[in-house]
This record gives sequence, structure tokens and C-alpha cells, in this order.
Amino acid sequence: MSEARGRLRATFEEAVLPPLVAVVVALVAGDLLILAYGQAPGAVWRMLLEGTWGNGYGFAQVLYKATTLTCTGLSVALALRAGLFNIGAEGQLAAGGFGAALAGLALPSGTPAWLAVSVCVLAAMAAGGAVGAVPGVLRAKFGAHEVIVTIMMNFVVLALLNYVVASKLHVPETLHTSTVRAGTVPRLADTVAAFHGSAANWTIVIVAAVTVALGWFLFRTKAGYELRAVGLQPMAAEYAGVRVGAVWRRALTLAGALAGLGGINFVLGYKGYYEEGFTGGAGFLGIAVALVGRNHPLGVALAALFFATLSQGGLAINAMVPKQIVEVLQGIVILAVATAVPEVRRLLVSAAARVVARPAPPAAGGSAA
Amino acid sequence: MSALLFLAQTVRIAVPYLFAAAGGAIAERAGVVSLTLEGFMLGGAFGAVLGAHYSGSAWVGIVSGIAAGLFLGAIHAAASIRFKADQVVVGVAINLFAVGITRFFLQLAFDSSSNSPRVAGFAGFGGAASGAGAAFLENPLVWLGLAVMPALAFVIHKTTFGLRVRAVGEHPEAAASVGVPVHRVRYVAVLSSGALAALGGVYLALDQHQFTDSMTAGRGFIALAAVIFGRWDPLKAGLACLLFAGAETLQIRLQAAQLIPSQFVAMIPYVLTIVAVAGVVGRSTPPAALGKTGE
Repeated sequence: MSEARGRLRATFEEAVLPPLVAVVVALVAGDLLILAYGQAPGAVWRMLLEGTWGNGYGFAQVLYKATTLTCTGLSVALALRAGLFNIGAEGQLAAGGFGAALAGLALPSGTPAWLAVSVCVLAAMAAGGAVGAVPGVLRAKFGAHEVIVTIMMNFVVLALLNYVVASKLHVPETLHTSTVRAGTVPRLADTVAAFHGSAANWTIVIVAAVTVALGWFLFRTKAGYELRAVGLQPMAAEYAGVRVGAVWRRALTLAGALAGLGGINFVLGYKGYYEEGFTGGAGFLGIAVALVGRNHPLGVALAALFFATLSQGGLAINAMVPKQIVEVLQGIVILAVATAVPEVRRLLVSAAARVVARPAPPAAGGSAA
Repeated sequence: MSALLFLAQTVRIAVPYLFAAAGGAIAERAGVVSLTLEGFMLGGAFGAVLGAHYSGSAWVGIVSGIAAGLFLGAIHAAASIRFKADQVVVGVAINLFAVGITRFFLQLAFDSSSNSPRVAGFAGFGGAASGAGAAFLENPLVWLGLAVMPALAFVIHKTTFGLRVRAVGEHPEAAASVGVPVHRVRYVAVLSSGALAALGGVYLALDQHQFTDSMTAGRGFIALAAVIFGRWDPLKAGLACLLFAGAETLQIRLQAAQLIPSQFVAMIPYVLTIVAVAGVVGRSTPPAALGKTGE
């Protein structure tokens, strides 16, 4: 029993230590950059917190940004659970937003809200899923490496959308479509007065439900178990009768659908139209979110809040230091987590090996440390 | 005349691709994934402008641009080789880091969020004189760019170092067992990758006489596409760079005619690369140990 608890603690340490290390590294690096700009780190950090979690508007903006990041983070995390790297969340997110806008434009304006939103959500997930299916199928059928295909798909999708919007659907003099007739998602500020002026909207509830559902799928269903088995040991899974190719295809399609869902947040919850470049790197940041969230849906949601705080915080501190500082910090956090994960695992393994190698300590003295 | 102009414009567009693809080829042949080319280029471009601005000399810009590439390459190498971090993640992180750090220092050094002041370059190249033949021959980076792939092909196929690079990229355990210092070879390959790709950015910045925010605009990924489409062979990757640049030139030339929408021409490198890795027309197979971080 104590062995089980020890293993649980090791798992916990392996999951939680790397993000903590990363945050500390980012704080130190941030201090240096702030000092380079001739400001006091303490004051800047305080301003960052006050501008995000310290007032209604800032907090709601964090929620808004975290909603999109949760979607792209879940997308990357799900693919990683199947042992696949989805670098294509950026294009999938854009496709999802476009799909939602198309559906919203096609529906008649009198459509009941629940029906319109449902149709738009499905359209967003279908569009993102279609983009994700391409690398999935190419991987399953031809063994094409999904990292390369998803990267290249980003450019293909963005160019295609650019072509369609610029030549067919845009409002003259702009880079966006006209406003959807049905399917807009109401703002949270309509209900919570303190959020006034923020883009935060009810998409967050849909995304929260999807996050929980994904956790259930991954850890409580047979398909989720198979997906994780393929991610850990594809050969062994194949030997045990899992159709690895089908799992890969399904995982990347679903990953695309999750990223596509994020498009709802901007298109239906904020602007009411699809706009060129609305993704703004949220797809790539999804990789960071999945990594810091350790590919667990709950962790992903927390990591999304963290990165959303950084990104909104950049705006809050812009008067003291350039907001670009947070982009540097985001890069550093990813680097730090990426290096800390294998390092922590190695340290834990060598610590465990030392415990095993040493003769068991006397019972009385064993509980120290 | 028109053919000559076409060639000149193709070369001008191809030079940054050639440098970056050379960087990608050497790192990937040594078994280290090169999603970082975009970041290296951006760092190189900014480094070049910093150096050229404070010294007034384009030559100093070349040196400082390379230094910036080496700095980013060292981060890539340390994280991927020493700490065995996932190379794909490191690549994404370095690209993000490069965008952020160049923007931050653009603000710090030049108090602007969009562009640097005008800096020295080579001859009267670029700007209004676009397409003018003779002037661009005075840019040493053009000649270096055209020479880089043949030179890299020689290094990889004909020298001991090249043999070692291929060995650690294909079968690191075997290489280690005959005494090849696997880590050291990979460090050198990744640092070279940083310096080479940075030169692509240096060329861009000096050509335009300034740094503008995110000025590499995806060129690092086109270079990566060229490496993959060229099946990790320097000469073939070089030809792929010229092919992609030729398509862009054609698109610019045909813009008035509106034959094909520009977006479809822009897609060519990416679609070709997807087709190549899917193996529909002859499979593109990466070095065997690419991305493996094990001991």
C-alpha cells in the first residue's frame, strides 16, 4: 500500500514539478528583461496581476482567451495521448471559425438560438475535423509523418481561406465576412455586470463541458483506453488487437474538431463574423498549453488560464514594459517545461534507484525527508 | 532579357531559402529536427540590423546576424541534445521566442513596434530598383547563397565530418560504438544550422535595409519544405528552393494577368511536400534517427 502511495507521489511529482520549474524560470527571465528595460520587477508583476485577476474586465478577458486556448490545448493534448504531434491547430482553428461563420450566414435569421448555435458548433467541429483528418488519413494509409503534414496543412488552409474570403465573401475594404444572421453566442457581460466591455461569452460553458467529456472519453471509455495504449506502445496495442491506423485517424480528426470548436469563441461569441488572422497564434500556443497541462484535460484548462493571464497581462503592463515581454516568456516557459520533463523524470528514476539499491532503512528513521 | 530578369528575380527570392534549407539539411542529417529555421532566420535578420545600425557597416551586420543565429542554435542544441527535450516542442518554442525577443528588442533599441530605421546594405540593391540586373551581383550574400548547397553537398558526402553527420543521423549507437562523439557532432551540426539559417535572415534584412516585425513570414517553413521535398539531400533541396522561388517569380510576373490566384501559387511548396511525405510519387524518407532523443 505504501508502495502504491509512493508511486502516486512520483506520478504527481512528475506531473507537477516541470510546470513549477518552468514558472520559476520564466519569472527569473522576466525579472531580467524588466530590469533591462529599467523598471522594477515587483511593480510590473503586481500590475500584471491587478490588470488580469484584479478586476472584472481583466478577469473576463482572461476567461475569453483561455477558452480558445483550452480548445487548441485539448486538440494538441488528445493527439499527443495517441502519440501524434498536432502542429496544425492553427489552421484547424481558422477552419473551425470559418465553418461556424458559413453556417451562421446560411441559416435564416429567425432560427431559434439553441438550434442555430448547435448547427454552428457542429459546423466548426466538422471544418476543423476535416482539416485534422488529412494528416490522420495520410499517416494511417501512407505513414506520412504527421508533424510535417500538419505544419504544411496550416499554410494550405490559411491560403485557401484567404482566397475564399478575399475573392468571394469579404465585406469591401475589410478582411472579414459579413455578420452572421443566426448563431451568435451571448456575452457573459449581459449576465455579470462586472465583465462589462469584455469579449467573454457563453462559449466557455460549451468548452468546459467538452473538457469534462474529453476527460471521460480518455480515461473511462474503451476507445479512450485504446487511444492511450496506441500512444504508449503502438506495436503492443496492434498485437493486442487494436487497429492502430484507425486510432490515429480518429485521434487527429477529433483533435482537429476540438481546435475547430475554438473558432466559435471569436466568430460567434465576439465579432459575429470570420476575420482573416483571428487565430493570432492561439493554435501554436496550444502546444504550450498541452505541454504545461501535461496532456490532461484538467491540466490543459489550468494551463490555458495561465497562458491567457500572461497574454492579457502583457496588455496590462504595456505602459511600463513592452507587452512583447510576455511572448518571450511564453517561449521560455515552453523551453523550460520541455527540458524539465525528461530531466525531472531522470532525477526521479535515479532517486528511486538509489532507494532500491540501499538496504531498507530502519523503520523508525525511515519517515524523515 | 526577360528570361534574364526572370532568373535574377528567382535567385533573389531563392537566396534566403537556400541558406535556411542548408541549415535545415545539416541539422536533420545529424538527426535533429529543424522546425527552428523560421526562428533562426528572424533572429539573424534582427541581429544583422542591430549590427549594421550601430556600426554603419553591412559586413558587421553579417557577423552580428550569424552571432544571433548561433545564440538561438545553442539554445536548440542544449535543449535537444543535452536535456533531451522533445525536438518538435523545442522548435516551436524557439520560433515563438524569436518572435517575442525580436519584438521586445525592437522596442528597446528602436522604440518601435513595427520596424527599425534604415540600415546599410550592399550596393543599391532592393527597393525601387527591384528586378534590376547588375546591382544585385554586387551582393556577396547572393554568391554565397548560390554556393552554399554545392558546398554542403561536398561536406556531407566527401568529408570525414560529413560522414560522421550522416552516421549520427542514421545510426547513433553504431556511430558511438566506433568512437564518433555523437553529441559533439550534433552540437556542431545544430550550431551550423543556426548560423546558416540566420544568413538567410541577414540577406533579407540587408536587402530591405531594415528589420520589420516577423519579416521572415514563413520562409523558414518553405525552406524546411524544400529540405523534405529534396529528400534531405543538399543539391536536391537546393533545386527545390529554386523551384519554389521560380513559382513565386512566375506568380509575381503573372499577377496582372490573373491566371491563377496568388494563394494557389503560394500553396505549391506545401502541397508538394505533403505529396512527397505521403509517398504518392516516390517516398521521401527522413534520416533514421531523426528526432530520437535517447542515449
